Amino acid sequence: MTRVALKMLMGDRLKYAGLIAGILFAVTLIAQQASIMTGFIQRMGSFVRDTGSVDLWVMDPQRRFSDDQKPLSETALPRVRGVEGVSWAVPMYRSWLRCRLPDGTLVQAIVTGLDDATLLGGPPEIVEGSLEDLRRSGGVLVDADELGGKMRMVRGGEGPLRVGDRLAFNDEDAVIVGTFRASKGFFWEPVVYTTYSRAVRFAPPERKVNGFVLVGVREGEDAAAVGRRIEAATGLRALTRDQFEAHSTNFLLTSTGILANFGLAIGLGFVIGVLVCGQTLYQFTLDNLRHFAALKAMGAGNWLLVRMVGAQVVTVGAIGYGIGLGAAVLLGRVIVKAGLAFYMPWQVPVLSGVAIGAIGLLAGSLSLARVIRAEPGMVFKG
Amino acid sequence: MTEASSIAIECKGVVKHYGQGAARVTALRGVDLTVRKGELLMLVGPSGCGKTTLISVIAGVLDRNEGACTVFGEDFARMSARARTRWRGENVGFVFQAFNLIPTITAAENVAVPLMILGEGHGAAIRRAREVLEMVGLGDRWRALPAQLSGGQQQRVAIARSLIHGPRLIVCDEPTSALDHQTGHVIMRLLKNVALREDRALVIVTHDARIFGFADRIAEMDDGRIERIVTDPRELMAGTAPGR
Ligand SMILES: Nc1ncnc2c1ncn2[C@@H]1O[C@H](COP(=O)(O)OP(=O)(O)O)[C@@H](O)[C@H]1O
Ligand SMILES: [Mg+2]
Repeated sequence: MTRVALKMLMGDRLKYAGLIAGILFAVTLIAQQASIMTGFIQRMGSFVRDTGSVDLWVMDPQRRFSDDQKPLSETALPRVRGVEGVSWAVPMYRSWLRCRLPDGTLVQAIVTGLDDATLLGGPPEIVEGSLEDLRRSGGVLVDADELGGKMRMVRGGEGPLRVGDRLAFNDEDAVIVGTFRASKGFFWEPVVYTTYSRAVRFAPPERKVNGFVLVGVREGEDAAAVGRRIEAATGLRALTRDQFEAHSTNFLLTSTGILANFGLAIGLGFVIGVLVCGQTLYQFTLDNLRHFAALKAMGAGNWLLVRMVGAQVVTVGAIGYGIGLGAAVLLGRVIVKAGLAFYMPWQVPVLSGVAIGAIGLLAGSLSLARVIRAEPGMVFKG
Repeated sequence: MTEASSIAIECKGVVKHYGQGAARVTALRGVDLTVRKGELLMLVGPSGCGKTTLISVIAGVLDRNEGACTVFGEDFARMSARARTRWRGENVGFVFQAFNLIPTITAAENVAVPLMILGEGHGAAIRRAREVLEMVGLGDRWRALPAQLSGGQQQRVAIARSLIHGPRLIVCDEPTSALDHQTGHVIMRLLKNVALREDRALVIVTHDARIFGFADRIAEMDDGRIERIVTDPRELMAGTAPGR
């Protein structure tokens, strides 16, 4: 009888298409919005994740995410080095600075300054040149993907930057000595790597310096425990990589409108799915009520009716889900090509699937309730 | 004993109300009726007199409010809803005025529905359906959709559907009223010659006087009661003629 149920549904082309479209639209909206949000969350933590071999990030307690502008006093470094369990501690500069390209084009760049002695905390992949080249006079590494992108010259130079091009940060001269590649960050501005001392020179004079102290703990020490010790001794905040990533993400979700915005869009996808599918399936059920009543008269029990409506809902849901998810993935390709955040971990298809399941359950129960209430006695009514 | 086992349906004082309170309508006001096995009984009477209500009660799709009624020895009032649904599936065949075929499935699939409801597989049910379609003269139209068939052909499909599972009772509500005279006769001949058997009862509601001749007995209803039962349709005409 499930075959009969499916033929009944598919025979009504318009409603069949409407149901699939409703599911498809809901899945696409839910999966795509969830993936964009996940993409933002992922980007929020990408700098911390990319910066390997760091056990602890020490920062001003008021810092809410990795690129927050909360400077650290110069005395932080020696105080951290004095804490029990710390193997090494190096400074890292990180702040937005104004950068002038050879043709006079001005861009904001996120300047990351690495400890002069060790160059610890560099980017995950060097494309041209080497990290050591940062020791050359005025040396900076720029993002290989941004040479012709966000760092493209637009004031007469017309073209991408190249290694060897000269830049200026707040009138301090710099030269591109190489390029690197890293995961995309949450913020739009291009990232530039240089040494700590040079970064401080680039920056306008200030008493405290924007950045972190990066810490490696002694072998056998628990990073989180050392972090608590640092916090107790210095009054600063010390977080492991995972803690810092979670801290940044948490800020993004709780203190910005992002969760509400995407939650709303996802909720909207769900509501539209329920409304469109519920209404269409219900109308279909009403149209076929006399047939359902006849089936009941001819001995169809509730369980059979559940299976019939269930087969209709599952079929429509599966087809709509498949096409919708495919559409979301294709849309994602376009979004990623445009350089925007989009990340679809396995949880997104699962979440969308659960949402579709709930939509199907709601729409299906509504129709089923009507079918079960149908009086077999009505079969003889003209 | 032989007397009892020759009885298919026995109703005594059956009362049925619709609605409640001031809006209450009494459709059956104490119906006494016996239908024998192997009999084709017609229910006739003016519109609104309760014919449809009575066959609904007899077929077990509507609960009576008072009175006694057994169908092949079974009393629906003593069955659970589930058992009654099952019993209907096994023992009752239905033919509706508006044919009531599912428009998006083939003739054979429509005919196969009662078997599939009883749990028969799709393939086996379709094979049996084609045999029954053969019996009603539509063996070559088994793949047609209802809309591709004439009204008479659709009603033949509906008769095949009412027969396929070998029910003991077949109820028909105005089976010929949507058909022309000639087609109505074809349908009645099928019901009389193919559907009717020694151990089966047919109850047909109609106000189509042209088919009265096919009945073994005719029960005339008025205002929720059976006024009289005749065996010769001419008695019916004679009885009603003078007054009106
Ligand atoms: N579902 C219902 N609700 C209320 N009244 C009904 C309902 N069905 C039938 N009736 C009333 O019951 C009476 C008998 O109806 P019915 O059995 O359909 O008569 P017939 O089939 O002889 O035309 C009529 O007065 C009709 O209006
Ligand atoms: Mg009627």
